[in-house]
Amino acid sequence: MLVATVGNVLVWAVWVGAAFACLGSGIAVVSFSNPFYSALALIGNLGSLAVLYLLLSAEFVAAAQVLVYAGAVMVMFLFVIAYIGPRSDSPWMGGPSWQAAGAVLAAGALLVEIVVVIGLKASGQLANSEKITSAFGSPAEIGRLFLTDHLLAFEITSIVLLVAAVGGVILGAHARGGAEEVPPL
Amino acid sequence: MMGPGVAWYLAVSGFLFGTGALGVLLRRNPLIVLLSLEIMLNGANLALIGFARNLGDGSGQIFALAVMAVAASEVVVGLGLVVALNRKRVTLDVDRLNTLRG
Repeated sequence: MLVATVGNVLVWAVWVGAAFACLGSGIAVVSFSNPFYSALALIGNLGSLAVLYLLLSAEFVAAAQVLVYAGAVMVMFLFVIAYIGPRSDSPWMGGPSWQAAGAVLAAGALLVEIVVVIGLKASGQLANSEKITSAFGSPAEIGRLFLTDHLLAFEITSIVLLVAAVGGVILGAHARGGAEEVPPL
Repeated sequence: MMGPGVAWYLAVSGFLFGTGALGVLLRRNPLIVLLSLEIMLNGANLALIGFARNLGDGSGQIFALAVMAVAASEVVVGLGLVVALNRKRVTLDVDRLNTLRG
């Protein structure tokens, strides 16, 4: 009993740390004016999200998050930001002030909508969570689901990745070939 | 389930989604719009994984992995566009990029 209580308190402590790191770094991504700092804050955000995934016993997704996102995607982001360099002609925000007010209003409405919909539809079922085995979220279980129940999603994902790779190559090649003759916007 | 219930995770996920939406709507640098988009996708992922744990069903984690793959593809295309714009010496401002020509 005592061990269970201590474990519960520990999990709560880890959750509070990860959740606040997650929210704080999320706000930092949106509010930094330098995209380089924003990208670094997003790496922190992804890392603390991986801790939350671990608490939800999604071990494979947490590992994939750190490898794919914090590893590959963010390195690509940082390369592009370093390649472009600091651009002084990119303002923090702009336009008339009603646009900013509308943006804040729309984001707030979205948040309220999420809370209301989840509260109305799922509030009864949130309290009691199902019992899970230790295999839940393990690589073996994920692989079994991918190759049996969700085979179509798996194959479509590979096509999406292939199309994205081809698109990236075409965008890069086109920009190199026609830089001179195309007039600026 | 030790620790906080799934409702707490959903609160974090909703807040992340709202933060990302605010960044997408408010910021004008396309790089930061892409980064905010990543925050929105991760908020959705956290909700998916929270519900997967709550219902004891691994399909939510599969969906989260698919979302990750789509996010990686989206980043590739988005960063390709940003680099192409930079080569043409166009201002990196999403409000000025309102035409598909050239």
